[in-house]
Amino acid sequence: MRRELSGWGRVPRTDCAVIAPRDEAALRAAIATGPVIARGNGRAYGDAATQSRGTIEMRHFNRLLAFDPETGQVEAEAGVLLADLIEAFLPRGWFPWVTPGTKFVTLGGAIAADVHGKNHRRDGAFRSCLDWVEVMQQDGSVVRAEPGDDLFEWTVGGMGLTGVILRAGLRLRPVSTGWIRQQMVPAPDLATAMEVFERDTGTYAVAWFDCLGQGASLGRSLVMLGDHATPEDLGEAQRAAPFNIPRRRRLKVPMDAPAFALNRFTLKAFNALYWRAGLRKAGESLVDWDSYFYPLDTIDEWNRIYGRPGFAQFQCVLPLATARPGLEALLKAISASGQGSFLAVLKRLGAQESRFSFPMEGYTLALDFPVSPKALQLLERLDAITVDHGGRFYLAKDSRLRSDTLRASDPRVGAFVEMRETGPRYRFASGQSERIGI
Amino acid sequence: MSNGTLLVLGGRSDIGLATARAFAAAGWDVQLAARDAATLEPEARDIALRHGVTATCHEMDATDLDSHAAFYDALSPFPQVVVCAVGALGDQARDEADVASATAVMRANFEGPASLLAHAANRMEGSGTSTIVGISSVAGDRGRASNYIYGSAKAGFTAYLSGLRNRMTGKGVHVVTVKPGFVATRMTEGMDLPPALTATPEALGQAIFTAVAKQRDVVYVKPIWRLVMAVIRAIPEALFKKMSI
Repeated sequence: MRRELSGWGRVPRTDCAVIAPRDEAALRAAIATGPVIARGNGRAYGDAATQSRGTIEMRHFNRLLAFDPETGQVEAEAGVLLADLIEAFLPRGWFPWVTPGTKFVTLGGAIAADVHGKNHRRDGAFRSCLDWVEVMQQDGSVVRAEPGDDLFEWTVGGMGLTGVILRAGLRLRPVSTGWIRQQMVPAPDLATAMEVFERDTGTYAVAWFDCLGQGASLGRSLVMLGDHATPEDLGEAQRAAPFNIPRRRRLKVPMDAPAFALNRFTLKAFNALYWRAGLRKAGESLVDWDSYFYPLDTIDEWNRIYGRPGFAQFQCVLPLATARPGLEALLKAISASGQGSFLAVLKRLGAQESRFSFPMEGYTLALDFPVSPKALQLLERLDAITVDHGGRFYLAKDSRLRSDTLRASDPRVGAFVEMRETGPRYRFASGQSERIGI
Repeated sequence: MSNGTLLVLGGRSDIGLATARAFAAAGWDVQLAARDAATLEPEARDIALRHGVTATCHEMDATDLDSHAAFYDALSPFPQVVVCAVGALGDQARDEADVASATAVMRANFEGPASLLAHAANRMEGSGTSTIVGISSVAGDRGRASNYIYGSAKAGFTAYLSGLRNRMTGKGVHVVTVKPGFVATRMTEGMDLPPALTATPEALGQAIFTAVAKQRDVVYVKPIWRLVMAVIRAIPEALFKKMSI
């Protein structure tokens, strides 16, 4: 069946042959017709999980296979969502080790993008909680790979280009409540925000910042630090049922917003309001896990606020040594263009050795822009600044990077392409891999 | 509604599994019955792991009527709720030409389910509060050229459930008739279904759970179907026979 698919950013839209196999035999048959790419819950922003000739939806591979309540080890099929793991295991005192900003990602997607969270500096990316992965390769064979194996190392962060991730074994984190002790630190400028990050921050740290700030308030931000709360941190009523959190009302964006809804002025107003609200909430508070980790998940289809043209995410990481001047250059370019971003997020990443994953020690900046010719020009400018400062790009967010920019940013591309030439290239390819030549 | 044990007849179907999940999420133990039950073990394990309940698989052949009594004899514990999600869509064109394959469709949608529920009802009678849920179809509301073989069997099943409800009322057994319209399942995969009229298996599972809890009689999962079928039933036969719908 053919269907128009896109990523979370809603562009590009691709007319795809879509297959949703129910068992390994059907999956094997689909791979044999390659090129194909596996698709989880469609939360990558661009074209990483679309392939016009064969997009394989993994939604039928969504079973939990085993759980050890002593160690928190889970075995599950690749289509299981982080939300499923939380629903099943948080009441028993376990939470994902690493989670991105939405719980609606599949395990397969989290592994393929080697996603990271607000605790990367302390706990690493998704790779660090994986015991093994099972991959169906180009010849239809299913191989289990562990850390250190070539297949494992290329698959984690490999954007689904080594084969179809079928199952994984992973470890969860023991927690004693469903609450986070949050500390909100307002930072009037970039230098202050970075100082906060460089202090001992606890488990989680993330900053929202106002990218329309200019001059002295360039990089004005709210830094949010967090740790899992213990029962002693809770009030009496909460302590009686430490994993029960108030159910949040789900909202839905009912239709595409008109193109004029987001502009320089509404953004400026939003950013000013958010900053003031943050100042009022400065200091310590208790926040439930869902509001803390997944503030946008309660708004179904929030991606529609950008209207029909869709939006592009930009996420780069800059090495520690050049982070400060690099971030300043990026923020100045954005500010000068007058194109603000609703979601401007800064995080400190720790060191990570991996073959092709995104993270490196330094600072990562994530922004999104409604797609327009002017925005695309700005994004090209941001690409160039990133490359000049030795940074690289997060492929899970990308929908428009150029092949030569990727190569200029990341010397690991050559080895990745060489690995692909040994076979996977003939069976596995996404819109993204064809666009950026990997 | 207090937790107990749910039996799903046709436990491999998307609707049957979704129903099992909805009940398990509320703390019910579930029994999945189908042919080749061993191949359902991963589904049972998934349900047990997610919801911390007991989930078991049971060999059951809906079209082998003689085996039904023994199937129930071997069930332990005996369930408080039985959901029958057994059915087969058939292939209208093939079934018109091949009468044997038409009667197989009728057996899968009417005789088999009726026999299974007859055994269940007789065992439930006088044993306290229990519920039988039969998944029939809007296709049984009026015979149409495009699917009357399947539809006639569902019409029979709908009438059977209605009669069973009438017989059991006051005897501690409630009977729910579910008439889903289009559902996005394995059975309808690849068909071009109108989204406004199409339910997901998960919505259906939840609707069945609610119908059991609230002791509903006849449930159309998407309310629009009640209207659509009322209109289709109201068309005079002299006109209807010339229509293609």
